[in-house]
Amino acid sequence: MSNDTKKTSYNPPALEFKSSTFSVPVLVLSSDDLILIEQQLQGKIRLAPEFFKNSPLVLDVQEINKHNIEIDIVAVIELIRKLGLLPIGIRGGNAQQNENMIGLGIPIHSIHTSSTTVETKKPPKAQIPEPETKDLLQTGTTLITHPIRSGQRVYAAGDLVIVAPVSPGTEILAEGNIHVYGALRGRALAGVQGNTEARIFCHDLQAELISIAGNYKISEDLNPNVRNKPVQIYLDKHTLVIKEI
Amino acid sequence: MARIIVVTSGKGGVGKTTTSAAIAMGLAKKGHKTAVIDFDVGLRNLDLIMGCERRVVYDFVNVINGEASLNQALIKDKNCNMLYILPASQTRDKDALTQEGVGKVLEDLSKDFKYIVCDSPAGIEKGAHLAMYFADDAFVVTNPEVSSVRDSDRMLGILASKSKRAEENKEPIKEYLLLTRYSPERVRLGEMLSVDDVQEILSLHLLGVIPESKSVLNASNSGIPVILDEKSDAGQAYSDIVARYLGENKPHRFIDDKKGFFGKLFGSK
Ligand SMILES: Nc1ncnc2c1ncn2[C@@H]1O[C@H](COP(=O)(O)OP(=O)(O)OP(=O)(O)O)[C@@H](O)[C@H]1O
Ligand SMILES: [Mg+2]
Repeated sequence: MSNDTKKTSYNPPALEFKSSTFSVPVLVLSSDDLILIEQQLQGKIRLAPEFFKNSPLVLDVQEINKHNIEIDIVAVIELIRKLGLLPIGIRGGNAQQNENMIGLGIPIHSIHTSSTTVETKKPPKAQIPEPETKDLLQTGTTLITHPIRSGQRVYAAGDLVIVAPVSPGTEILAEGNIHVYGALRGRALAGVQGNTEARIFCHDLQAELISIAGNYKISEDLNPNVRNKPVQIYLDKHTLVIKEI
Repeated sequence: MARIIVVTSGKGGVGKTTTSAAIAMGLAKKGHKTAVIDFDVGLRNLDLIMGCERRVVYDFVNVINGEASLNQALIKDKNCNMLYILPASQTRDKDALTQEGVGKVLEDLSKDFKYIVCDSPAGIEKGAHLAMYFADDAFVVTNPEVSSVRDSDRMLGILASKSKRAEENKEPIKEYLLLTRYSPERVRLGEMLSVDDVQEILSLHLLGVIPESKSVLNASNSGIPVILDEKSDAGQAYSDIVARYLGENKPHRFIDDKKGFFGKLFGSK
């Protein structure tokens, strides 16, 4: 990467590098049975076809390797592509698997060890009866009825509804809207895949950070008028608007 | 089957060992055969507070390593014959505890005891993890200050996701809040969080409030759990907590400023 900026005095630069963070679904495999994988993946896709269509995806094989399960990784990639998903990386692979991936033009990602818990699309057990859970999944909403504790991280592929407080030191992310029926004290990021129509609603705004489609505000920049108030937050052209409700 | 209670906090020095000793004694006094285990390997504190430090022959790590039987290591309390103490080792390091070993000891104890109280070390590392892993109930000990509340919140997240019950998709650990070293006076002066403030943040069932009290230090100096000091405010607060845990209905005490009416009238604020 060498770009000599001195020679571009007449023309504006044609490119620049920026650092960005993306949220990408990770497919964690725990079996080597290709037929089973195909069936279950298809099942997931049927639940949210729009979401999965041409969606980027990172393949995580740490679990299988931990249990020394042999898997035909190239066949898995073919299968993922056949189902309309776009694999953009692998994680937790061994040397041979990584080499195969590079051969297919797929980058290697390192496992970053964070101490956070990821509760992807996992509705709380026991608290809500079964049928309700299913219905919620079909409409693409993740419902959580227990408090989100410091150090926890929640990701929802659709809307995220939390009927409990969200503590400081947490991160809640949704590709759709975020509703918090309680105090919002952590970091809340809606529209993380770029949906600028996404909104955040909460009963009591005390957030450390709020963001919609990458446009964010930190706690310090929150207007005191909206602090500790029930609000909705949305984007108006690239500006975050916080309105009392 | 025994009920396993972990006394935990995240933050250090908030009163876990004081609480473990008190509630273990309280449960035993009510006639329930109770064991209290010191998970703070390398530090060993519980035996001092229970006043049995001079009777330690074998410890928790010896039992895990098969160097002693449970019966050899358990120390019968001098004040109550329903209470037994399993002391920690002072000479080993924290890695001496293994999940398998701890599980086996708890399983064996479960056959014979009604309650097993696990005194957790501070932090969220291995020792604290093992202390809470097998728990049925968690007593989350919190002081009324921001950093303690934050650490308790963190620990609650770990209880909800990293325990055996969580991993096996069983009914989650029952969580109770114990607010300790509470000083209504300092709350009034705005130097401490109030009960309401803490509950607002943690939204947790409050089992009881233990006031800041000199009787706690006196008790630990004499090696007698404070709950046996029936005249002391802290002792009474712990008795209430044990009663509430066992299902009795007791109104909360020690929350309001003793100065009360006159304090408010002539107070400095
Ligand atoms: N209610 C109280 N009033 C006054 N002092 C107290 C009270 N509770 C605990 N203490 C004091 O606080 C100190 C720490 O208590 P304790 O050892 O029980 O905490 P701990 O949480 O077990 O600490 P560690 O994290 O080191 O294991 C001790 O000196 C104890 O006497
Ligand atoms: Mg201690």
